Amino acid sequence: MIRRFASNKGAVIGVLILLIVIGLALSADLLFPRGPWAMVQRPFLVPFTMDGFPLGTDTLGRDVAAGLVHGARVSLLVGLVSTIVALAIGVPLGAVAGFYGGWADEGAMRFTEFFQTIPNFALAIVLVAILEPTLTSITLAIAIVSWPPVARLVRAEVMAVKSREYVDAARLAGLSNIRILTGEVLPNTVSPIIVMASLMVATAILLESSLSFLGLGDPNAMSWGYMIGAARTVIRSAWWLSFFPGVAILVTVLALNLIGEGLNDALNPHLSRKGTA
Amino acid sequence: MQYLKATTFLIAAAFAGHAFAQEAGGRLDIVVQPEPPGLMLGLVQNGPTQLVAGDIYEGLLRYTTDLEPEPGLAESWEISEDGLTYTFHLHEGVKWHDGEPFTAEDVVFSADVFLRETHARLRASLAYVDTITAPDDLTVVFKLKEPFGPFISVFEVGTMPMIPKHIYEGTDYATNEMNATPIGTGPFKFEAWEKGSYIHLVKNEDYYVDGLPYLDEVYYRVIPDAASRAVAFETGEVDVLPGGSVENWDVARLTEMDGVCSTGSGWEFFAPLAWMWLNNREGPTSDVRFRQAIMYAMDREFVRDVVWNGFGKIPTGPVASATNFYSDDVTQYDYDPDKAKALLEEMGYDGETVRVLPLPYGETWQRWAEAVRQNLSEVGINVEIDSTDVAGWNEKTSQWDYDMAFTYLYQYGDPALGVSRNYTADRIQKGSPWNNVEGYENPGLDAKWAAAATMTDAAERQAAYDEIQKEIVDDVPVAWLLELEFPTIYRCNVHDLVTTGIGLNDGIRNAWIEQ
Repeated sequence: MIRRFASNKGAVIGVLILLIVIGLALSADLLFPRGPWAMVQRPFLVPFTMDGFPLGTDTLGRDVAAGLVHGARVSLLVGLVSTIVALAIGVPLGAVAGFYGGWADEGAMRFTEFFQTIPNFALAIVLVAILEPTLTSITLAIAIVSWPPVARLVRAEVMAVKSREYVDAARLAGLSNIRILTGEVLPNTVSPIIVMASLMVATAILLESSLSFLGLGDPNAMSWGYMIGAARTVIRSAWWLSFFPGVAILVTVLALNLIGEGLNDALNPHLSRKGTA
Repeated sequence: MQYLKATTFLIAAAFAGHAFAQEAGGRLDIVVQPEPPGLMLGLVQNGPTQLVAGDIYEGLLRYTTDLEPEPGLAESWEISEDGLTYTFHLHEGVKWHDGEPFTAEDVVFSADVFLRETHARLRASLAYVDTITAPDDLTVVFKLKEPFGPFISVFEVGTMPMIPKHIYEGTDYATNEMNATPIGTGPFKFEAWEKGSYIHLVKNEDYYVDGLPYLDEVYYRVIPDAASRAVAFETGEVDVLPGGSVENWDVARLTEMDGVCSTGSGWEFFAPLAWMWLNNREGPTSDVRFRQAIMYAMDREFVRDVVWNGFGKIPTGPVASATNFYSDDVTQYDYDPDKAKALLEEMGYDGETVRVLPLPYGETWQRWAEAVRQNLSEVGINVEIDSTDVAGWNEKTSQWDYDMAFTYLYQYGDPALGVSRNYTADRIQKGSPWNNVEGYENPGLDAKWAAAATMTDAAERQAAYDEIQKEIVDDVPVAWLLELEFPTIYRCNVHDLVTTGIGLNDGIRNAWIEQ
């Protein structure tokens, strides 16, 4: 499987980019020990004009490079944690709905639809505005708007798997429903969930950036979306303030999508694409 | 002082301009932001209303940029020796916009009946007034119960606008349908209001000053987005951007355009002073050494130069330098992180996190809070920014749920009108964000504030306020940040736009366009 993944060039590039971003995020304190908010040079320093400040400085003279590296932490953290939380809600709900069927299915799906009918972003804005923007509330809001597709996917997978022969065998062997569900059914639905999760991280990063752009970010956490939002008013005179964080978001989200696609191909043995078999 | 000289020079230059012939005619387009909730100045006194209605309505007096009273509807006035009797002689032949004559009865009605009910800020000053009478059609006499030093400063149009008695007497003021088509005595008449688009005023042909006004019509344009306002000015769609209508970063760019002028003058009467309320009741901010450390830790000049693009002045204390009875003979808090660290060490600051509540008025204020947080964290104070919206800011400050909170307030020309309200113990009242929100209590100073307000001799008052300023600055009840300056940006062919201490609010009367 790993070999199949490794033979997908796009996926490998994605992994490399992601590793670089993770590496930068982890070493942020070593690279820029004064933090992303330190006002280190004169404001509006143009990129590539002064040694030590390759990406220039922002409206308050803060190093854009420092902001990018420290912002990577926030973006990755929010993306990862909110995805885990969304999985923690969506997987059990979908599994129960798909496995037991009947009123459990009805109830769980109506509940899921309730969340699905409200536009994601609007709901996230409302939640963050009510809870006051902090990293915790933003992560939670993103998780709450992202779990419904997970629940539906898991439900469909579970329904497909539960009628297989080995499940019947387990049932005949006298295993309890819970053990069948957790021991036999769920492990066989893992691959589509992993693929979806990698894409969810990307979506979560985009959501967090959009919220910060609108001024609904955590004011104490430097993030890429915040950098773009703060640069919006000066976009005509200082392009680099929104350009670099924009590129950072683009590249990271692209990397995650490449990885997701690679995983999809690698985990799905029936599917063989040109050049990746 | 430099700033004052510059202002005086500007005024001199403006008056020199009078030697040339003013040209009559033309139309002026001015941005108004946000759209005012109403134009009846006796009922609504927020900024945009004053900007538009200040040319429809008039007060008895106008004030120069040095805050000296000038004739308005009152041609002349006398103050008795004991400071208790103010007599005003009104201009002859003044008519309301509907043709009715303006008389002393209107003044009595406005001050004694209408505004006493509707105008909270004026009501505080009117508490000193015993009677208001009209011995004849052109004379009004205010008799005071006790002397009130700043009384001569309350006759500005936004503070005491003249209201037509024949329209409002005996009606329910708030629901009077004439509120939608305001009738004043001013140089411009209300013509139309297209909600969400513009307010149109036209020249008052019967204005009582010969030759005035010069302009034929004025459009106040409503453009909701700051970037679009800047573009509207660039493309020539509007001629005047009042202070605060574009982001600070755009001010520099726009003023560099050809044929564009700007002035910081026209705010002297309001003298907006920005500070951070420091909660004097609890937490680290209740320790005076902590508050002093904050003053030393902040690089206020950096913020002025970077966040405010060089506009504004570093304040020395509670009284802005443009306000009467200012004194700079006080402890100076220059940027000195080492001193701040020493003070923190002396008090034994334990690293407790303090929250900063920014003013939710856009990017400028957010950047400002970020700069302060950075300054304070560099001397070892743990700071967190609270995020908030306008409603949340009002709630948190008026319920005292904050450690440090940004704000700015007007001073209205005199410490007794716009300064003492933030520092005396009798103004500690939960529920309002305009009073002594920081909870500063100093009975000794309270007595001095009260005494200074009722003095009539200017030199005596100056001495009293000198003493107050010297003492209060050492206590740092709030962290004074910046005397705000909101530059007015306009095309250079518009002349005499800003000639008074309230600037554009009543400036259109004298403005003219060089064709």
